[in-house]
Amino acid sequence: MQALTTRSKVASNKKMTFVEKLYIPAILGGLRITLNHFFKKKVTIQYPEQKREFAPVFRGQHVLKRDENGAERCTACGLCAVACPAEAITMTAAERKPGEESLYREEKYASVYEINMLRCIFCGLCEEACPKEAIFLTDRIVDTEYVRQNLVFGKDKLVEPINNRIDVSVRETKETREFKTHPGYAHNKLYTKPSKA
Amino acid sequence: MGISLFILYKVILVVAVFAISLVIAMYSTYAERKVAAFMQDRLGPNRAGPFGILQPLADGVKMFMKEEIIPQVSNKFLFILGPSIAMFTSCITGAVIPWGTSLHIAGHDFTLQVTDINIGILYVMAITSIGVYGIMIGGWASNNKYSLLGALRASSQMISYEVAMGLAIIALVMTTGTLSLRDIAAQQTGWHWNLFYQPLGFIIFLICAFAETNRTPFDLPESDSELIGGYHTEYSSMKLGFYLFAEYINMFISSAIISTLYFGGYNMPFIGRLGLSHNLEAILGIVFLFAKIFFFIFFFMWVRWTVPRFRFDQLMNLGWKILIPLSIFNVAITGFIILMFHR
Repeated sequence: MQALTTRSKVASNKKMTFVEKLYIPAILGGLRITLNHFFKKKVTIQYPEQKREFAPVFRGQHVLKRDENGAERCTACGLCAVACPAEAITMTAAERKPGEESLYREEKYASVYEINMLRCIFCGLCEEACPKEAIFLTDRIVDTEYVRQNLVFGKDKLVEPINNRIDVSVRETKETREFKTHPGYAHNKLYTKPSKA
Repeated sequence: MGISLFILYKVILVVAVFAISLVIAMYSTYAERKVAAFMQDRLGPNRAGPFGILQPLADGVKMFMKEEIIPQVSNKFLFILGPSIAMFTSCITGAVIPWGTSLHIAGHDFTLQVTDINIGILYVMAITSIGVYGIMIGGWASNNKYSLLGALRASSQMISYEVAMGLAIIALVMTTGTLSLRDIAAQQTGWHWNLFYQPLGFIIFLICAFAETNRTPFDLPESDSELIGGYHTEYSSMKLGFYLFAEYINMFISSAIISTLYFGGYNMPFIGRLGLSHNLEAILGIVFLFAKIFFFIFFFMWVRWTVPRFRFDQLMNLGWKILIPLSIFNVAITGFIILMFHR
């Protein structure tokens, strides 16, 4: 039979020799191995100070994007909440008042937008559902909390700060945009204008 | 030396030995975690203070703050007596260990040993034997089958290994001709360490020391993976802390005894040639003794994270069928050599 590894050893029930029965050479060999490990480089990553590099597809804490002028992209259409399998997203829609054009991109916006981070399974379906490129999952880790209620993130934590934009270019690629806009996909066809005929 | 000065000096020495045992035991817990972590390619505790050196304090505070549970079905008096005995016996063993030669201060000679009884080794053996009562009583009083099993294992293990340990010491006593630890330490000047006269005895003694301190590979009384916590399953708060702490003090004391009996104690090879003053030589001797002790504490940990635990029948086989005949052989061969070459 072919060996699975190069390190495999054939086990046998042969009688041990006297030296083997003493166990002392074996113990010394073991001590040597552990001592070698004692001086080896440690593999620990000290989390809050050091962070492991995430894969580009990593899905962490959400962000609600603003457009180039700093207006919120979200129009409170509710598609993300519908798409969410964990039912973690809730929102309340409101109408934009005159003079708020710099705050909200379209006439309708979310006055309340909450994601329960304890319910969220970070599947990213909200991001896929969003037609306005408003919600993205980022490579940030949701901080731990002592109180459950504090893990229901509102707009104060979700909307990106104007001066400190959060880079989502890894996730907002050409392919994702094409996925959302290309008329060839069935999910995009549903929302194309009905033909005049 | 006046009587009041004598009492003062002894009190200071006792307090110093006691404090040093406790501090070393405290930092042994830290060292154990660090050694364990390093041998497993981890970093170990490093958050409390620089390099985590405040970790033992944090652990101590935790132990004190924990809820103290005494089971309803337990025997309360014995339940409290168990850890007290374990702690007490491990603390008083240090009394006979010579920590150094002596210090000359203001025309007085201060011996660095709490008491030099002429049967020092027997005292140590006696106290460690009492130590098993702490575990036995605690395990029995808990009224829990895991605790009882742990206690039974502890008592049978300790009784078995004490025999071999005693026989190894008999061979040592035959070569040294004295039971006083002070004399044994003083004999081993230069490189005349007993290790070279009693290599087999040393190995037997070392293995038995592991068994007596309940350290891996002989940690069957505790054996976390099969008996929950063994004899201290039902213990919580500082009473648990006492048991764990007693183990580390025992480890320190046995390291000190191994160093004294077989590794020349406070003697440092070649120190006589340096022409240092008596006091400086004594202080260097203490440092050297502690270096040896720390090495053995490290060795205890090193073995713990290398060798897996014995099965109970293997433990008994090793004790009764191998170590005891071997130590009797050692006694016989020592006697033969003394008879033939040292008349």
